[in-house]
Amino acid sequence: MNKVYASQAAMPQNPAYSAPSAASLKARSSTAGYDVTRIREDFPILHQEVHGKALVYLDNAATTQKPKTVIDCIRRVYENDYSNVHRGVHTLSQRSTELFEAARETVQKFINARHCHEIVFVRGTTEAINLVAQSFGRSTVKEGDEILITAMEHHSNIVPWQMLCEQTGATLKVAPIDRNGELQLDEFEQLLSPRTRLVSVVHMSNALGTINPVKAIIERAHSREIPVLLDGAQAAPHMAVDVQDLDCDFYALSGHKLYGPTGIGVLYGKEKWLEAMPPYQGGGDMIRRVTFDKTEYNTLPFKFEAGTPNIVDAIALGAAVDYLESIGMDAIAAYENQLLHYATERALEIPQLTIVGTAERKGAILSFTLERIHPHDIGTILDHLGIAIRAGHHCAMPVMDFFGVPATARASFGLYNTFEEIDILMDGIRKVIEVFG
Amino acid sequence: MLDQIRDLYQEVVFDHNRNPRNFRVMEDANRKIEGFNPLCGDKITLYVKVNDEGVIEDLSFQGSGCAISTASASLMTEIVKGQTEEEAQHLFDIFHRITTGKNEEAVNLEEIGKLAVLAGVRAYPARVKCATLAWHSLQAALKNEANTVSTE
Ligand SMILES: Cc1ncc(COP(=O)(O)O)c(C=O)c1O
Repeated sequence: MNKVYASQAAMPQNPAYSAPSAASLKARSSTAGYDVTRIREDFPILHQEVHGKALVYLDNAATTQKPKTVIDCIRRVYENDYSNVHRGVHTLSQRSTELFEAARETVQKFINARHCHEIVFVRGTTEAINLVAQSFGRSTVKEGDEILITAMEHHSNIVPWQMLCEQTGATLKVAPIDRNGELQLDEFEQLLSPRTRLVSVVHMSNALGTINPVKAIIERAHSREIPVLLDGAQAAPHMAVDVQDLDCDFYALSGHKLYGPTGIGVLYGKEKWLEAMPPYQGGGDMIRRVTFDKTEYNTLPFKFEAGTPNIVDAIALGAAVDYLESIGMDAIAAYENQLLHYATERALEIPQLTIVGTAERKGAILSFTLERIHPHDIGTILDHLGIAIRAGHHCAMPVMDFFGVPATARASFGLYNTFEEIDILMDGIRKVIEVFG
Repeated sequence: MLDQIRDLYQEVVFDHNRNPRNFRVMEDANRKIEGFNPLCGDKITLYVKVNDEGVIEDLSFQGSGCAISTASASLMTEIVKGQTEEEAQHLFDIFHRITTGKNEEAVNLEEIGKLAVLAGVRAYPARVKCATLAWHSLQAALKNEANTVSTE
């Protein structure tokens, strides 16, 4: 497969002023063929007013809106096909089971996993990482061992490891980042030690937008036989992901950031690890045979799916993936890359604005601060203009500490955002500055 | 369209945000407390000097926060200075009612003076905690509670 990753091209280096209309025209012409107007039609929620203004939804890193196919899918399944899975001989149960397993296969193909049973349905990225920490971690990590993460992780890729370290006496090591928000790969490599049991790294940072050099990370870890988990919560919705090509050992993602429902996510794990790992939770579905003396666990992936799963949302996640593939991940990545370039250029025209996160390879996230205006105030005023952004620490407090800011304002783009919306955002930011005089 | 926002961001708020009053470290404070709003990263350190008669002789603050939390802390230090602990507690109760919109009919706006400018936050549930952070910190300081408070 020929893959184009988001933001492979260098970001604009100098903050030279460029007329917005020219830049905008340039960007727009190079995305010809990507029919964003039609795409927006697929998202009912986008067509509303907030505070009397057309909604401009730029909080896609927090969560994404749902296309009609996903909403309809949920309704259709509950109205026609719904029952419990894997346990009935009756027709509805069989239909639900087939749809549920078909969704697993859809996800398998989406991230190009070798086997369908390497796809474990979980609640989201957070649960996926906790599963690995508690199952893989508690069975292999001993006192004095080390887990290596980076300084740009989301709290959900920090806290589960701190908990594991507390339980086992292992140590959490943190590879540093630089002022652009890029991982310092050499330092990272030096932190790989004979005691490192696992590397867990974000594929794309939600606070900074940085896309990590995950292939290089994985090669370096694998040359020491250390497995690698990738937190794909942000990457999966914005670029083609091929877990075999990456050769990662685990990959975690959240349905709700992938234009799918909340409460469903995926843990991909290589068969050899999942086979060796003990179950994470006990209950129905994860067993083959239970007596009071001994329980035999079920095969993969069911060993890790105790209890009735989130059946309908898993099926709807399959619908979300189908939707993304109907547009094409490479087309989405290329389009969003244009949005990011345009937003970055326009942002650099505003002298009071500082971009936080200027890595060379970035996903479509613009984190910024304004001189002497707190991000919270920016968020409230933009909201009044119909613009939804996030203001805060983005569940990455160590990143905020590193950049010496309490919080940032963050505009994060998705496949349905437009160049016009970026113009509205920039006008809004200028209004904020004006109001605060 | 930005008129509505002026209910929240009144001139007094901008003024106190730009030039916060009593924004300093107090070396001889006998109460000191750190307040956090983990949701947005607002942080204040509040210094209080209470004398033997229970009168708040002086109070000051340091820290970083949004305009609402900074203005609220600044206004609070001005108004509470010279009050007894009971008076300050009473004011907190009223302030809490006007910012959350609960039982506010019982509030005499004159009693709270300039604090009334912050009443606008009740239309912004996400911002109420910004306005009350300083007050929660003061309450904890007066009760001599543990030396950090969090709005969460
Ligand atoms: C990079 C990253 N990792 C993990 C998560 C956690 O995802 P979830 O809350 O869906 O479990 C998020 C979501 O905010 C994220 O952006």
